[in-house]
This record gives sequence, structure tokens and C-alpha cells, in this order.
Amino acid sequence: MSIKDEGFKRYLGKKYPETWRDMPIAAIVPWPGNTAEVKTHAWRTIKPVIDQDKCIRCRLCWTFCPDGAILEVDEEYKTSSGRVFKISYKVDYDHCKGCGICAAECPVNAIEMVPEER
Amino acid sequence: MALSKPVRTIWDIPREERFAPGHTMCQGCGAAIIMRHLTKVIGKDAIIVQATGCVEVTTTAFPRTSWLNPWLHLAFENAGAGASGVEAALKALKRKGVIDPNRKIKVVAIAGDGGTFDIGLQSLSGMLERGHNVMYVVYDNEAYMNTGIQRSGATPLGAWTTTTPVGKKLRGELRPKKDLIGIALAHRIPYIATASPAYPTDMVEKLRKAYETEGPSLVHIISPCTPGWRIRNEDSVKVARLAVLTGMWVLLEIVNGKPRVTVKVPKRKPVREYLRLQGRFRHLTDEEIARIQKMVDEYVEEINRWVGEQAIGPVEG
Ligand SMILES: Cc1ncc(C[n+]2csc(CCOP(=O)(O)OP(=O)(O)O)c2C)c(N)n1
Ligand code: SF4
Ligand code: SF4
Ligand code: SF4
Ligand SMILES: [Mg+2]
Repeated sequence: MSIKDEGFKRYLGKKYPETWRDMPIAAIVPWPGNTAEVKTHAWRTIKPVIDQDKCIRCRLCWTFCPDGAILEVDEEYKTSSGRVFKISYKVDYDHCKGCGICAAECPVNAIEMVPEER
Repeated sequence: MALSKPVRTIWDIPREERFAPGHTMCQGCGAAIIMRHLTKVIGKDAIIVQATGCVEVTTTAFPRTSWLNPWLHLAFENAGAGASGVEAALKALKRKGVIDPNRKIKVVAIAGDGGTFDIGLQSLSGMLERGHNVMYVVYDNEAYMNTGIQRSGATPLGAWTTTTPVGKKLRGELRPKKDLIGIALAHRIPYIATASPAYPTDMVEKLRKAYETEGPSLVHIISPCTPGWRIRNEDSVKVARLAVLTGMWVLLEIVNGKPRVTVKVPKRKPVREYLRLQGRFRHLTDEEIARIQKMVDEYVEEINRWVGEQAIGPVEG
């Protein structure tokens, strides 16, 4: 189906179906990647906290996170021993489910899993 | 753009995420790690066709989707047939000039072990036999997880599932795992590989090669499942690594029929180390573990003979 089709136009510009009349034909979902709006943080009972000073920027936590919840950002960081890194790793706490893989795989134990408090 | 540069280190993996978070895959799900990397490799010019199973139901609860690619839901049994049809349609549209014939668009089929080893096997066989230009990815969590942990042809010997319960008569799965690689090999397709998410560089490079292959390719990836394997959430990568280090899962690549072990294991760990982390094997007695060890020893010997070198060494200690 092309964007020009009437059937498709009906829900373009609309975020989600508002009534059954808006339901896309054949359950087409024209909003790629929109699960990103769903926060999965409530699944968590423990949460990862990255010690930026200990982190050696090895990328393993980013690689292994099932939820893409370790973000690799171009943020410079200078450690207390004077080492400068061009990138940093941050936790996306909206989506992190608290599995603990990042902490288990970190080679220098720079990630601590701490109880989630809400 | 699909990933075109060879992946030699972890830094060759693209930063861009093409698998949206917010899906409902369990905490620590191995398949979620696999999907993240698969989508990084294939880029935007790929059409994904997916058999139902965990990955499908957890990523596409209407009206949402975790996918950024054109993505087609299929039934449990027909990933291979659906992928064949999409690939044939692409060819026809190119021939008719509707799509630029020079544009590279690849069809990627994703299915679980149930959708591949069991109900989707004839569909896959047809796709491989007809030589469709499709990359087929099996994430193998060794049972029907989506419907509540029923055994499949991929369930390993001795594993507990809800349909291979553990009691006086039955001691978990009765039969060893079906040889999917052997089946794919019998179709003489150009590219076949096994992978593990615990070896991301190896896995991503294999996915890239499978994507670049002209004709059918198949990548078979071990996919730890936290509730189904009864493992701790944080252990899924560790378990995927131990599968390789014990020789239970050998990282292979078979290009035009020529096999190679891509990650050699000079000294193997005893299978016990792999089994004891998983509740699905908790019931196993020493004798039963010895039987599995013997089976793995024989498998390793067979692989070494096949690749023509001692790629996987003896059990250490
Ligand atoms: C013909 C048919 N039978 C049964 C089902 C129900 N069903 C949906 S997914 C599934 C199991 C999927 O197992 P697998 O392919 O291993 O994927 P997993 O859920 O483990 O990721 C079953 C039995 C179905 N959808 N269609
Ligand atoms: S705890 Fe799990 S989900 Fe959260 S950031 Fe670490 S690996 Fe990702
Ligand atoms: S695994 Fe540890 S050291 Fe490596 S990038 Fe993550 S926090 Fe830093
Ligand atoms: S049941 Fe297993 S395979 Fe399915 S989403 Fe959960 S961890 Fe992943
Ligand atoms: Mg399965």
C-alpha cells in the first residue's frame, strides 16, 4: 500500500486509532518503532548505576543490554586519575528493565545494581 | 544501508539502534540482544518477515511496533514461504520497473526454533531448495517459549519443559537436538553459520556475511531464555558463553559447503558448568550429566574431523 492510498491517509497525522473506524486495514502499523514510547522501567526492582570514574569505556554493557537501555553518548569525561574519554555510557532509566546483565558483564565492576526506590 | 565493512572488533558495530525499546521481551532475554544486533546489521533496506513466536508477539502488540523496517507478520509455519513470496514479488517489481532494479533490498526471515525445526521445516526447505535470495535467522531458545515452554525439535537431551516433565518415568527431553545445520547443508546453500550473543563480534560479522550472500543463507543463534531455561536474568550472556566454552554450541561458518570453526576452544570446560546454571537441568543426576558429556565429546570429535583440525580441544582439568 502506498502513502497516496486513501486507506493510508485516514490515519496519517493521527497518532493512534481513536475509534474503530481509524483502525488500519490488515492491522498495518504505520508508526515504526513506536514501542519506544512505552516505558518499561516499572519492571525493575534493582537498577544499574554506572561509576563514570571506574568505567573504561569498553562498550560491553552497551553491546549486551537486551533493551538498548545503555546509551553511548559523545560526552567527554575526565577521570580522577586524569584520563580523558570522548564517550560515556548512560542508562536510559525509562526502558531499563533491571536485568543486571550490564553489571554482570562489566569487566571492571563499574556498574552496581542497587535497589529501586520509588 | 546495511553494514558493509567487515566486523573485526566490537567497535565496528554501528551505534545506531534500529530495534526500539519498550518491547515486552523478558528481563535478560537473549533474543532481544540478537534482534538489536541483527537490525543494526541489515539497516533500512531490508524487509523482515517473521514467524510468530516470542519475538513477534513481544514487539508488535497493536498499535505498536519495535521495528523500523518494513515488517510482515507470518503464521507459525510459513516464514520460509512468506519470505520466498516477498522475494519473488521484489524481483517482479524490479522487472516491471516499479522498483529501481539496481536498488539492493534484501528479505530477512526471522523465526524461533519451533517455527524452524518443527512446523516451519518444509517451508524453510522449499525456500532453500528454490534458491531464494533470503537471509534466514533462527533464534534458538530450545523450546516453544511464547506458548509456555513446550519442547521442540531443538530442545536438548535431558532438558525439562512443560511437555517433557521430570518425574519417575520421564527425565526431561528424551532425544538429542535435531541437526538443523546438517539439514541446511543438505540443501547446498552458499552460507550457513551458528552464533552466540555472548560473542557479539563473531555474531555480527556472520549476520553481515549472511546478508551479503546472494542466495539463501541461514544463521542459527543460541538464544538464552530466562523463564524457559530457569536462569537468573543477569546470567543469560554467561550461559550463552558457557555453551560455547563447553563445546555444547560450536561457532561454525560454512561457506559453499566448506566448514570452519570461527571461535576455537583449545580447552573445553565440562558440560556440568553449563548445565548447573540452568533450572531446566537441575534434576540431572551425575550419570545423566556423564551421558550428556559423552554426547558432547562425540559431537566435538565429529566437528574436529569435519573441519580437519582440533578446533575444539579436550575437557580441561
Ligand atoms: C499452526 C499454529 N500452531 C500453534 C500456534 C501457537 N504458537 C504460537 S508461537 C508458538 C511457539 C513458538 O515457538 P518458537 O518458534 O520456538 O518461538 P519462541 O516462542 O520460543 O520464541 C506456538 C505453538 C500457532 N500460532 N500456529
Ligand atoms: S540492567 Fe539490563 S536492561 Fe538495565 S541497562 Fe543493564 S542490561 Fe540494560
Ligand atoms: S561494561 Fe563497564 S567499563 Fe565497559 S563501558 Fe560499560 S560500564 Fe564502562
Ligand atoms: S520467554 Fe524467553 S525468549 Fe520469550 S521473551 Fe521471555 S526470555 Fe525471551
Ligand atoms: Mg523457541
